[in-house]
Amino acid sequence: MHKLLTNETGKEMLLLGNEAIARGALEAGVSFATCYPGTPSSEIPEQFFNISKETDLYFEYSTNEKVAMEVGAAAAISGLRTMVTMKHVGLNVAADPLMTLAYTGVKGGMVVINADDPYLFSSQNEQDNRYYARLSGLPMLEPTNVQEMKDVVVAAFELSEELELPVIVRTTTRLNHIRGAVKLGELKPVKTKTTFEKNPFHFVCVPAVSRNLHKLLIEKYDRAMEKSEKWPYNEIIGNGKWGIVSNGVSFNYVSDAVSDLGIADKVSILKVGFSWPLPKELCGRFLRQVEKVLVVEELEPVMENDLKAIAQEKGIAIPIRGKGVEGLTRLFEYDPRMVRNAVAKYFDVEFSPTEIVDLSDLPELPGRPPNLCAGCPHRATYYAVKEVYGPDAINPTDIGCYTLGLLPPISMADLVICMGSSVSSSCGFSQATEQKVVSFIGDSTFFHSGITGLINAVHNNHKFTLVILDNGTTAMTGHQPHPGVNTTPLGVELTRISLEDLVRGCGVKDVHVVKPFKIKKTIEAVKAAMEYDGVSVIISQELCPLFARATGQARKSKPFYVNHNKCKNHRICVDKLACPAMYLDGDRVEINETLCIGCSVCAQICPENAILPVKE
Amino acid sequence: MEPRRLVFIGVGGQGNLLASRLLGETALSAGIPAVVSEIHGMAQRGGIVESAVLMGDISSPIVSKGEADVLIGFEPAETLRALPKCNSDTVVITNTRPLPPFTVSIGQGSYPAVDQTLNLLQSKVKRVIALDGNALAEEAGNPLSLNMVMLGALIASGTIPISEEKMKETISSSTKEAFLESNLKAFDLGFKSVQ
Repeated sequence: MHKLLTNETGKEMLLLGNEAIARGALEAGVSFATCYPGTPSSEIPEQFFNISKETDLYFEYSTNEKVAMEVGAAAAISGLRTMVTMKHVGLNVAADPLMTLAYTGVKGGMVVINADDPYLFSSQNEQDNRYYARLSGLPMLEPTNVQEMKDVVVAAFELSEELELPVIVRTTTRLNHIRGAVKLGELKPVKTKTTFEKNPFHFVCVPAVSRNLHKLLIEKYDRAMEKSEKWPYNEIIGNGKWGIVSNGVSFNYVSDAVSDLGIADKVSILKVGFSWPLPKELCGRFLRQVEKVLVVEELEPVMENDLKAIAQEKGIAIPIRGKGVEGLTRLFEYDPRMVRNAVAKYFDVEFSPTEIVDLSDLPELPGRPPNLCAGCPHRATYYAVKEVYGPDAINPTDIGCYTLGLLPPISMADLVICMGSSVSSSCGFSQATEQKVVSFIGDSTFFHSGITGLINAVHNNHKFTLVILDNGTTAMTGHQPHPGVNTTPLGVELTRISLEDLVRGCGVKDVHVVKPFKIKKTIEAVKAAMEYDGVSVIISQELCPLFARATGQARKSKPFYVNHNKCKNHRICVDKLACPAMYLDGDRVEINETLCIGCSVCAQICPENAILPVKE
Repeated sequence: MEPRRLVFIGVGGQGNLLASRLLGETALSAGIPAVVSEIHGMAQRGGIVESAVLMGDISSPIVSKGEADVLIGFEPAETLRALPKCNSDTVVITNTRPLPPFTVSIGQGSYPAVDQTLNLLQSKVKRVIALDGNALAEEAGNPLSLNMVMLGALIASGTIPISEEKMKETISSSTKEAFLESNLKAFDLGFKSVQ
């Protein structure tokens, strides 16, 4: 039995934040869940995927976040409790359905998990999605620790059904990826099927219908405000004259700072757990009991601006500050030291911070950026493409492990903005410049949002080569399936869609399917694609070695070694591939046999044939 | 309980996330409040992996610069890189076996000598416990048990109120049968290397 299905109410378990969210959904009786994976949200659907194999829970990895939102919306509109999970930039993709789903509302509770990523641990930007609550008019809840991540999700389902609106629960990477003790609640019985009740004048959003629905949404805002005023996770702590307002993970830094500085009796903390609509009366009460306010919130000054507006409305003239106070910026994550310093500075508290050791005589350390794994097929594909196209071609690329092709010696990434942009931006580059364009996209990303760009390219007669790096899984987020994956090794039978058929169906005439570890043949295919006058596609197929190993599909190849009698130390292998299985011993190249998976790419490019398989 | 802030630093694949999780589990079973923080995703692809365990009366899940009570480094150059987490009272436990990054192979930067690294560490913090964790893991019969060796050294350092028995209980209940003996042996070897 999956550990999150345990029915021992009151038991304490150490759970990852994302596990706590999944448990919360189960305790609320969730029966329908969809997602597109994305760090830091990916471990939530991972739980659902496994749980769905042993319960009645319906779960799917949808093609992208917009699809996930729409699939989930129909289930919730029909009356099922539904959870949809995604990372912050995923909500951009799903924003179109979300904005109007706010008009139609839902019948069964619908909770949208939105995981923001301050500091951009694994993202292309650090947008603050609290604005989405304000943009859509949907309620937003923000837990502050692992226990609350579970409890708030349970409450979010109730709230969603009371307001008949989807509810957004916003987390940040730090909360998704911490482990803490969680006291379990009871698992609710699950309603697995329902009947859709027709009501076209509520659900078919033509202008005449939506005019009424917009009015309804605004009425619901007032009801959401009443809920926010009484929300148990909105709380004023203490009754001192120094006010601090905080939300999410920052609330912990504030609590610790107050206790470290010994100022608990001087401080009032407003902890905001229902962050939209912000509870106006509660905020007003708080603002009246303090003399000055410090707002501690990561990213944008969202609450700071809202509080200033509330203060103005209520005629309260006290200083309210946040961004710009002693290290509190709009950038990146906050940390305990930074918040302690800001609190001490703002309220003029004397304290002596711990001194960091003297770092002035530290030697310069070699960098350790993330890197494509030993035997990663992307490295082989990049090598072959670069041999043909050289360094001057424009390389739009996309979002996945292969974005690491940015780093030397591969250095084949010129533009990444969002999922699918490799294909569409290739259209623009090829038209706007005389340069050759060869772009890269992963298999999962192609299904997610590369298809429409490819159709556009063919229809509008653009000329470039698109390389689809098909490693048979969604690798970077932890090996989730996608429509092109053989799911049998994952224990489910889903219909597999052929990338080649799909690409041909988009109208592409010049399609090459290659095995990237066969370097010569791959190079020939790339040459042919480059010569083609139009859109050509290379599908480079080889399983991700980590995924292959995890699912019992690993290649049975011997590792390689460098024969120093033959090696003339050209170092082409290291200089062009930089495989992490290679290292220098003195000035000679060696191969770490435990890391080498025997892809043989280095052996194929060695001019002296000095790289050979290890003998028994 | 007075807060204890521990930072684990390693390279993708060395198993420091498992070590910090097991420590968190053990604290929970010993009735000590604990939060574990981890980094998942892109940073794990051969890059530096940091995790933290915070115990006692504290609710922040991360450790700021200069505020680690204990730094457990699975790779000597990475221990050195994480030195900004330390103050003069920090206890550093470090593996001495280098795992040079690929940037060194392609001529970007040079790898610092291990004895120089240890001398530097010793000159800055209260106590340095250095051990060849990989050698002990190999001696235990499982090269992947470096994380157990490091946990053993951590418990033996006496820096946290977790007993050898409690830690072993968690290891036993969360290790697959095939690795149990070697994991426990690795833990013991790490533990003894400190005494």
